[in-house]
Amino acid sequence: MARPNSGRAMRPRIRVEDPGLLIRRLLGYIGRKYLIQCVVVVLCVFVSVFAMVQSTLFTKTLIDDYITPLLLSEAPDFAPLAAAIVQVGMFCACGILAALAQQLVLVYITQGTLRSLRNDLFAHMQKLPIRYFDTHSHGDVMSIYTNDIDTLRQMISQSLPQMLNSAISIVSVLVSMLVLNLPLTLVSLAMIAVMLICSKKLIGLSGTYFLKQQRDIGTVNGYIEEMMDGQKVVKVFCHEEQAKAEFKVRNDQLFDSAYNANRFANAFFPVVIQLGNLSYVVCAVVGGIMALSGFWGFTLGGLVSFLTFNKSLNSPIGQISQQLNSVVMALAGADRIFRLLDEEVEEDEGSVTLVNACYRKDGALDECSERTGLWAWKVIRPSDGAVEYIPLKGHVTFDHVDFGYTPEKTVLHDITMYAQPGQKIAFVGSTGAGKTTITNLINRFYDIQEGTILYDGVDIRKICKDDLRRSLGMVLQDTHLFTGTVMENIRFGRLDATDEECIAAAQLANADGFIRRLPDGYDTMLTGDGASLSQGQRQLLSIARAAVADPPVLILDEATSSIDTRTEKIVQDGMDALMYGRTTFVIAHRLSTIRNSDCIMVLEQGRIIERGSHEQLLEEQGRYYQLYTGNRPAAGQGQG
Amino acid sequence: MVKTLMKQIGEFKRDSLLTPVFMVLEVIMETVIPLLMASIIDDGVEKGDIRHIYAVGAAMVVIAIIGLIAGVLGGTYGARASAGLARNLRQAMYDNIQTFSFASIDKFSTSSLITRMTTDVTNVQMSYQMILRMCVRAPMSMVCAMVMAYFLSPELASVYLVAVVVLAVVLAVIMRRATFYFQQAFPKYDDMNASVQENISGIRVVKAYVREKFETSRFMTASRNIFSIFVKAERQVVITMPLMFATVYICILLLSWLGAKLIVQSGQTVLTTGELTSLLAYCMNILMSLMMLAMVFVMVTMSIASARRIAEVLNEKSELENPADPIHAVPDGSVRFDHVFFRYGKSGEPVLRDICLDIRSGETIGVVGGTGSGKTSLVNLISRLYDVSEGSVSVGGHDVREYDMEALRDQVAMVLQKNVLFSGTVLENLRWGNEEATREECAQACRLACADDFVSKMPDGYDSHVERGGANLSGGQRQRLCIARALLKKPRVLILDDSTSAVDTATDARIRTALTTQLADTTKIIIAQRISSVQGADRIVVLDDGAVSGVGTHEELLEHNEIYRSVYESQTQGSGDFDENGGED
Repeated sequence: MARPNSGRAMRPRIRVEDPGLLIRRLLGYIGRKYLIQCVVVVLCVFVSVFAMVQSTLFTKTLIDDYITPLLLSEAPDFAPLAAAIVQVGMFCACGILAALAQQLVLVYITQGTLRSLRNDLFAHMQKLPIRYFDTHSHGDVMSIYTNDIDTLRQMISQSLPQMLNSAISIVSVLVSMLVLNLPLTLVSLAMIAVMLICSKKLIGLSGTYFLKQQRDIGTVNGYIEEMMDGQKVVKVFCHEEQAKAEFKVRNDQLFDSAYNANRFANAFFPVVIQLGNLSYVVCAVVGGIMALSGFWGFTLGGLVSFLTFNKSLNSPIGQISQQLNSVVMALAGADRIFRLLDEEVEEDEGSVTLVNACYRKDGALDECSERTGLWAWKVIRPSDGAVEYIPLKGHVTFDHVDFGYTPEKTVLHDITMYAQPGQKIAFVGSTGAGKTTITNLINRFYDIQEGTILYDGVDIRKICKDDLRRSLGMVLQDTHLFTGTVMENIRFGRLDATDEECIAAAQLANADGFIRRLPDGYDTMLTGDGASLSQGQRQLLSIARAAVADPPVLILDEATSSIDTRTEKIVQDGMDALMYGRTTFVIAHRLSTIRNSDCIMVLEQGRIIERGSHEQLLEEQGRYYQLYTGNRPAAGQGQG
Repeated sequence: MVKTLMKQIGEFKRDSLLTPVFMVLEVIMETVIPLLMASIIDDGVEKGDIRHIYAVGAAMVVIAIIGLIAGVLGGTYGARASAGLARNLRQAMYDNIQTFSFASIDKFSTSSLITRMTTDVTNVQMSYQMILRMCVRAPMSMVCAMVMAYFLSPELASVYLVAVVVLAVVLAVIMRRATFYFQQAFPKYDDMNASVQENISGIRVVKAYVREKFETSRFMTASRNIFSIFVKAERQVVITMPLMFATVYICILLLSWLGAKLIVQSGQTVLTTGELTSLLAYCMNILMSLMMLAMVFVMVTMSIASARRIAEVLNEKSELENPADPIHAVPDGSVRFDHVFFRYGKSGEPVLRDICLDIRSGETIGVVGGTGSGKTSLVNLISRLYDVSEGSVSVGGHDVREYDMEALRDQVAMVLQKNVLFSGTVLENLRWGNEEATREECAQACRLACADDFVSKMPDGYDSHVERGGANLSGGQRQRLCIARALLKKPRVLILDDSTSAVDTATDARIRTALTTQLADTTKIIIAQRISSVQGADRIVVLDDGAVSGVGTHEELLEHNEIYRSVYESQTQGSGDFDENGGED
């Protein structure tokens, strides 16, 4: 099984595979949502560049067209100059407004893009198979939502427009240079090519490290998340020093990649600027020789203009190179973002859906919109599109099922069993025998390798996953509560449940008493996975959650293990009421929970080794007998 | 706050100092180069002197190389200093979190601690680098240009002075307002992080109830909150750019007008056209530097909120302090509760009320009671995970507050209700109990905890990998490993807080037998739901709603304690004598 990054393991060399592709994808993503706004930004950039050019050109006009003639005139009239200044001032005002508009629109684009990326990530993540969560460090995934998404902010809001701005300047300057002198322009271009090659090299280096940095942040995030979760254990074991040391290893790794990434990124600017200066020298020398020898009709005056242009190339190129840092970093973040977005979602090729049903007058089953307490599977035959309704009864069959979490290792062997509607089926067996695994197959958290599982005669792979799961209520051993009020947590089972229904469910689960004693009763906020509640209270809430869902089939995986037996006895009555008429799969080690089951399956090492009712199994004096008496079969005689 | 953070620069002080030095060197080279460029044109090209071009060109190449080296070195030291500060901040926070009391852990949520240690630290790192590289460089080139401008024309240069002062004031106002919003923004990050974390760890529940869409829409609310607060905050900040442009333009136009007048009226005596051109060129220089400073401002603004959050963690002091002259050895395993009251937080209902208990060393004590009756709170006090509100708890004859906390916790081993294993091998997890434990000792502990069987059956035995939180093990397996881990401490007092709830009855019985026979001198306190788990204990404490309802042996309690009897009956009734056999030992 692929394991979460342990941090110490050697990782393969990291690189952003195809920066061009990433950029295109990112721009495509932005463009799809904010095309108009992007166009506005581009226009604004043009306007502000134009204003900037106007204001710089004005110096020359000022001297040549106004000051020089005014100096010569007897009675200087400043009116034309005032008019000219007002005119340029108008251009400038346009430029300022454009810049303001550009910035405001950009904030919107940037934050909007980050927001929709986060939403997409989350929506996508919800569709991923359970296996993904088994194999990825939770903190590492969380890091994508914060640290990786954050890398995009600067790039979208600052770097891209700045680069566009600089690119416009570069192109216009290059055109002017080309008009002046072709060979010298080629020299300039050659120097730019050298710059590009150097930049590429530096981008490669810093990009590699930026990607490593993002991964290391993910690892650090994952480590913190895991350790914080177990922080109380750390304290109980006085493991603080070791925890610090282990954190240091990961922290130092992050320091190393962050240092290298920034070091190379910081080198962009000086390298590019100084290469620009070199280019100036080379052009001056070559141009000087050309002008002095009269080559290509090139004059000294032409050279002066050319060199001025060459100089003005430097600043936009420098600006671009400065922005490249954040672009490279953003690409590293984007790489991780898109990798999660490209993760394969849970397959769902099912077409059979679950509908509310009612009986027509002629006795045939039909679909209806309101909740009737009666459900049916709606099967559409692919051949002719005919619709058939099969009543949902809760008839579950395993037929020679094999399963393994990895192809190499089968954990369930040849499981065959039948659950009649309304029956209570219990799984017992020593820990690790595969009890939970079986229940995870029914709701298709994992897909089986061999055999078939039928639900009311329909292959579960043909059933739409959402509907399949909707028809199964689950109470898990590891309870998970969500930030929100107690009421909201119960309502999680069925969103349209009224307050009364939720309270009734809580009463059924015997949770009503303790909830009412909470500071705000049902409106008490739960945070941090219900940290303020005891394990038993959390289990009661999750039973209430299942009760309000009112599903036709129930799966109870050690649902009452942390509830004290007195409370459990009361819960049990509620549970019995809940289970009445429903097919129920129960995993428990407590005898009281399972002894009235219709059939008990004893599992060992992924196989069913005994099956039968409580009395039958006791008589057999096999593994079941042994498990619950703690005695060897032979020694147990005469005691049961 | 700044002081707290500055302390963490530590060994990167040298890098932090060298960065501005090299940046200054780079600025100097940068100011020299335009002079040389002008010289190439004025004295070389215009006069057709190719030799001069060669000479100055060569000088320029040298200067460029020096500038390059200075720039690269400045960048390197800057990267090292800022990445180093980030490293030290993370480590310091992490180290401090290790000293947090349980109460502080409850106060900061996991997700908030994570954001503080990653996102917030990254923000500070970026702005620290910016400060190092720009804070000297930008003002320096600004001052250079200002001085030059002053020499050219003091009257016109005062335009710049006014512009700079006005800008500085406006920037300060913007910064204040933006900080206000950024401070609100980061808690929203925590919320979002919490939402993601909950959904990842609770994904099975989400999928089982087909709540993917519902959760996505909830997440969207969190993400919309971030969106709107950041839009608000950044709107404040982005005005900076257009404001800069406005100032540049106003300066240029003002200078053009005033300059032209001055030249014409004075007939080029006070100011020449050439000088005006230079003045206008400096305008760009001054305001570009200001722009740089503004960018630094923006980053600093954003990171102030982050820095504050980091400082909060660094300055958090544990409420539990080691005493001045701590006791390091726990003489024996006796435990005494003397009129103990306990409540979480300062006010609120007491969770434990007037508890008095006297436990002899080596005794086995069972604790039973309903859900929420205070069992866990009771044992948490023994290893001083929380301090009592009133009364006292003593271990080995001394108040727990007199012990060195680490020594106390080493000798009072606790298996928590919420069992946590960490990613790593089985052996690594076991050695949490005792780092020096040999393989054999670990195996021995596992045998006692009945974990040896399944561990040896795992693919790599004791070297098998355990996933985060022990995800690849069943609940019962996790619990047994956690018991073995605690046993390796060879404690004076062993506390099992409902630690065998997922273990089958037979194994549970075997573990208890092993503990009684092998750890005769260790005081064993067992919290359990099953009567069978505590039935064999020397004494059983029955807790009800935070108070002791009865203490005695199984038989005594059965006779005199109503609650105990009803718990017992609830477990035996209907299951015949079956469970009794299970608990027979």
